[in-house]
Amino acid sequence: MRDIRVALGQIAPRLGDIEANLEIHRRAAAEAARDGADLIAFPELSLTGYQLADLVPELAVPVDDPRLAPLFEASDEIDLVFGFVEEGPGHRFYNSAVYLSAGRVVHVHRKLYLPTYGMFQEGREFARGYRAKYFESPWGPAGLLVCEDLWHMPCAWLLAHQGAEVIFVLSNGPTRGATPGREVTSVSVWRELLQTTARFQTTWMVYVNRTGCEDGVTFGGGSLVVDPFGRVVAEAPALDEALPLVDLKTEVLRRARTVYPLLRDENLELVEGELARLRRLRYDLPDPTAATEKDGVV
Amino acid sequence: MTDAPAPLDGSLELDPEWTARILTRFIDQELHRTGLTDLVLGLSGGIDSAVVAYLAARAIEPRRVHACLMPYRASSEDSLSDARKVVAELGIDAETIDITPLVDGFEKTAGSVGRTRLGNVMARARMTLLYDRSVEHGALVLGTSNKTELLLGYGTLHGDLASAINPIGDLYKTQVRHLAGHLGVPDSIRRKPPSADLWPDQNDEEELGFSYAEVDRLLALLIDARASRATAIEAGFTPELVDGVTRRIVRSQFKRVPPVIAKISTRSIGSDFRYPRDWMT
Repeated sequence: MRDIRVALGQIAPRLGDIEANLEIHRRAAAEAARDGADLIAFPELSLTGYQLADLVPELAVPVDDPRLAPLFEASDEIDLVFGFVEEGPGHRFYNSAVYLSAGRVVHVHRKLYLPTYGMFQEGREFARGYRAKYFESPWGPAGLLVCEDLWHMPCAWLLAHQGAEVIFVLSNGPTRGATPGREVTSVSVWRELLQTTARFQTTWMVYVNRTGCEDGVTFGGGSLVVDPFGRVVAEAPALDEALPLVDLKTEVLRRARTVYPLLRDENLELVEGELARLRRLRYDLPDPTAATEKDGVV
Repeated sequence: MTDAPAPLDGSLELDPEWTARILTRFIDQELHRTGLTDLVLGLSGGIDSAVVAYLAARAIEPRRVHACLMPYRASSEDSLSDARKVVAELGIDAETIDITPLVDGFEKTAGSVGRTRLGNVMARARMTLLYDRSVEHGALVLGTSNKTELLLGYGTLHGDLASAINPIGDLYKTQVRHLAGHLGVPDSIRRKPPSADLWPDQNDEEELGFSYAEVDRLLALLIDARASRATAIEAGFTPELVDGVTRRIVRSQFKRVPPVIAKISTRSIGSDFRYPRDWMT
């Protein structure tokens, strides 16, 4: 990667109102471009809001839909990462993140893990993605994840091993109140998770969370950037909208990977072998070796 | 696990300043997305409505908060003077409406009713006034029921349980008290025994048969931490209390949900017609 300046678009989208949200994106992108940012990242479902339920099919658009034209135009000035309800082939609706640059789609990531427990209903509304692919951005190798994806360790691991040097995590992290010493709960939990992930994968982690309130649920904000050593280098406030700018230096990544060559030392054969064994256990599949020995069949 | 997040171990601890920030933003955003500008609430002189008034006056201009003080003949004088303290302290708009003629009128028309039913009539008379004033002021009605009351079903359906938005419905009474201290709610309100004030010397804790401090710890364990009956008993609660409280929660579920609609069509309100309350706002 080369050095880049990233803007964290910590916004409060209007629920179900794509037009209003396009304008919010456009204004923030223009401001970030004026301040010299190379790219601006927005939260998960930044074009629609989160508590969608039956609004999902009503708001779904293909990534090349003319309604998104203002953002394609904005991407001539500054690269954009944002979240939307994507209508994919077969009329499947995905909770997607997209990277736009110079008027074209560079990458689309479909959320892999759809939380469907407690207060979350995503598995009911969305189809799940099935690819964790890194991509080459204009400034270097990167990856996109959406919220819950980060809570599954293999996602960041897969992206880092393909080459991602910066991982963007677009989020709609709700607060569950505030307890003493832990401030707004979602903020401290995500900070820990991102720091740990950055340390394990020696990558830059760019986390953008939304703010605002929908149907009583308050989203925590607290967007942040963690360097490949796991250090927080920038953090937006909890609860309020903000547009902080952060410089990501390639030299820091190089140093981290020199000091901690964890990716280099990864044992893929070990993982592959154990994964095969885990699959057999989980799905109760026959062990080909054991069967051969037992039955005497060659 | 001492380092687990609070909700997992049933703690009632909260950070009052961050909680107040979350709740004031909630009030501000839920109000303004409707296109309305003002808030109306019933101010009883008790701690719950006082806390809601303090949050409201912090969320929007105090003059846009309209408090209704609605005493009945039997209401305590202290309640009214405590409510007036809140009004004076916050500089919010207020009016006092004696509901005695409304309640007397009800009894005259509908016949005399016992103490509990009369309490319900009072709660619904107050609700009627609040919703009327909400039209006058272009306001949303703020709810003032706390999580303890909601879970125990200790409130009147379509009475004090009625509101447009409720900032304290996810806070147990103990937590409301903690927040009240932080917000600067007057001592006289924070110190007096909790009462619905429907008749003289009514006392919530005597009526319920347990203290809020105790039942809140139990509720935090059963509800928030999803602990089993056995774990609650092991934690020191009597089987009678655990079972009594559980029964109350189950039997009052109807008070916490909209009316049940019989499903006839392929898309029914309440089951598969699913839109957010904040639809297009």
